Amino acid sequence: MSAATFIEESPTGVEPPRHPKQPDYLHDGYGLKSWLTTHDHKRIGILYLIAITFFFLIGGIAATLMRIELVTPNTDLVTSETYNKLFTLHGVTMVWFFLIPSIPSVLGNFLIPMMIGAKDVAFPRLNLLSWYIFILGGCFTLYSLIAGGVDTGWTFYTPYSTVYSNGHVLAMAAGIFITGFSSIFTGLNFIVTIHTMRAPGMHWFRLPLFVWSMYATSLILVLATPVLAITLALMAVERFTGVGVFNPSMGGDPLLFQHLFWFYSHPAVYIMILPGMGVVSELIACFSRKRIFGYKFVAFASLAIAILGFIVWGHHLFVASQSIYAGLVFSILSFLVSVPSAIKVFNWTATLYKGRIFFHTPMLYALGFIGLFTIGGLSGLALATLAIDMHVHGTYFVIAHFHYIMVGGMLMAYLGGIHFWWPKISGRMYNEKLAQFSAAVIFVGFNLTFFPQFILGYLGMPRRYPAYPPEWQVFHVLSSAGASVLAVGYAIPLCYLIWSFFFGRPAPQNPWNASGLEWTHALSPPIRTNFEEIPIVTKEAYDYPYPETPNRA
Amino acid sequence: MPETAASALAEQFATPGQQEEAATLGIWAFLSTEILFFGGLFLSYGIYRVTYHNGFAEGSRHLYFWIGTINTFVLLTSSLFMALAVHAIQDGNAKRLRAFLLATFVFGATFLGLKLLEYYLDTGDHLVPWYNFQPNEYSHPYAVKMFLFLYFAMTGLHAVHMTVGLTALTYLYIKARKNTYTESYHTPVKVIGLYWHFVDIVWVFLYPMLYLIGK
Repeated sequence: MSAATFIEESPTGVEPPRHPKQPDYLHDGYGLKSWLTTHDHKRIGILYLIAITFFFLIGGIAATLMRIELVTPNTDLVTSETYNKLFTLHGVTMVWFFLIPSIPSVLGNFLIPMMIGAKDVAFPRLNLLSWYIFILGGCFTLYSLIAGGVDTGWTFYTPYSTVYSNGHVLAMAAGIFITGFSSIFTGLNFIVTIHTMRAPGMHWFRLPLFVWSMYATSLILVLATPVLAITLALMAVERFTGVGVFNPSMGGDPLLFQHLFWFYSHPAVYIMILPGMGVVSELIACFSRKRIFGYKFVAFASLAIAILGFIVWGHHLFVASQSIYAGLVFSILSFLVSVPSAIKVFNWTATLYKGRIFFHTPMLYALGFIGLFTIGGLSGLALATLAIDMHVHGTYFVIAHFHYIMVGGMLMAYLGGIHFWWPKISGRMYNEKLAQFSAAVIFVGFNLTFFPQFILGYLGMPRRYPAYPPEWQVFHVLSSAGASVLAVGYAIPLCYLIWSFFFGRPAPQNPWNASGLEWTHALSPPIRTNFEEIPIVTKEAYDYPYPETPNRA
Repeated sequence: MPETAASALAEQFATPGQQEEAATLGIWAFLSTEILFFGGLFLSYGIYRVTYHNGFAEGSRHLYFWIGTINTFVLLTSSLFMALAVHAIQDGNAKRLRAFLLATFVFGATFLGLKLLEYYLDTGDHLVPWYNFQPNEYSHPYAVKMFLFLYFAMTGLHAVHMTVGLTALTYLYIKARKNTYTESYHTPVKVIGLYWHFVDIVWVFLYPMLYLIGK
């Protein structure tokens, strides 16, 4: 294999693009109808991209209003009740309408069939149906927002949500319930696609690690989401009929709701990080020009995280009257999750070692991911420790912890992935310098926003409060300032990516000289069926020149 | 592979074998989702059955044991016909397939009809927890109310699945009348058959949990 040639080293003119016999997928049919009735996994990925960007903006506006409110110690911008509705809206849209569908539904849809050498997913019509279900669920959620909002928090704890809350709980629960089926069908589609649609020669240990992580994610989507669905259904029925399944004054057990809710929602946390890990594995290998270190360990670590993720939910109930023995067991099990997670971090680091590293934009996001995910993960160990959790449970320490995983981890990986595969998705290049700049802005803005929250949480600032003692103002001001930097960091890519989609320099087939089938065998952008003929796979994944080459610089 | 099979091949697949494998794995994955969907209700039942042991038994004695028992036989018989339908088309006997599908449908519809009759009688007995439940008639009012709620939730969810199954059977029957299914291509029969058996098995668990614990 030739030495690494990147777009900067070999200008686009050198390798003339092949003239495809068929139009690319963006020009295979025009008009809104051709998009809304498409069965093409790539177009469905784009539909998801548009939808979740919209929900990201809504969730972002809610976060912005909260951060502005928190600049001063008093409640002056919004009332306490409005503040409750804002953090509920922020949580619900960001979790169910942005993070969970982000990498799986956008990049997973776009990439999995191409990465395994297939023409499409196994059930293309079901795939389109998933998008419509997602939109329907989104409409219910938007309705509940317009009708006046919900103040229960994204966790819908009973009996507050079923008896006392005045918000539009039913509409929002219905929205999440419906959207859950979109997740289930997407996960089901991916599992079947990965099992049955692989190209000749693409055996399991030749799959890109992104596919492995999406497989693990899909297992969680299929096995955890139905539990959330039935839990929210029970909650809604109880609210509607006043039966009292979760109401202690009528013989019900509110802790049962928490167990059922977290049986879904803790695995869901791994839905919100495993796909990011998959993206990072691709980026690190490509921009180090090196095979991933310990391929099988990284692959099985994904499955291990998915499986362990199902048996740790009790660490959300350490202070909720769960027995101390259950707490001890859940604490130990939660520590176990750090083993496969650490395997991944060490293997990415080992991949960097003696690689030939290029600091292109996707790589900046990937490196940012490793650092921020490590901080998020280590603070997770602190929270899994019973004694520490007693102190910081329900404080900003928890907020900072999971934002380091979900925003510092998943969102960074999502943006890294979007930048990495943008030439394939759009057939265009974006402005590299501007992209590197915005990656740096996001990194700085993120840390400025969330690091002070670790300190606030340690000092005892409870989550979900619009007011606080004046001595904590400095940390809140730092955090709000960081949030503005972060907002700028998100706005820049939104602008230049949209610009490049229409006016960017045409991308070559393989600008990063990457090894995946989507780069080596599919045009940019790909044709409707991805490949002119189904590729026959003869190589391992990550067929990069290092470390074999003896005389590297 | 014969031409009939290839004609039903969707464009994303390379071979009919691949298509059948995908459909089969797809339904199994879907059924695993379904198990966990019902699982939340089964867990709630289990917890409250342990907590309110006698109250649940008291509630169970107010249900129509004879309807539940007859329905168990009716549903198991429909499952037998479903299995025979799959067996018939595996032998390429389209005529027997149609007959057995019809029998499955009739027994399934009978089950639903009896279930609706039971709901009607339950309502007359003031057993609907959110409508006309009379707490002072019972020695464990909260527990009986919880039991009755779970009874309606679980059998109601089961009935929804039965309705979906009957719709799918109608689809199969219409297709079978057009001779769509043959010895080499009958994946939809197999897939819907698996779904039908799953719904049947859920009832096999519901029957003792709801009707027999008070005996």
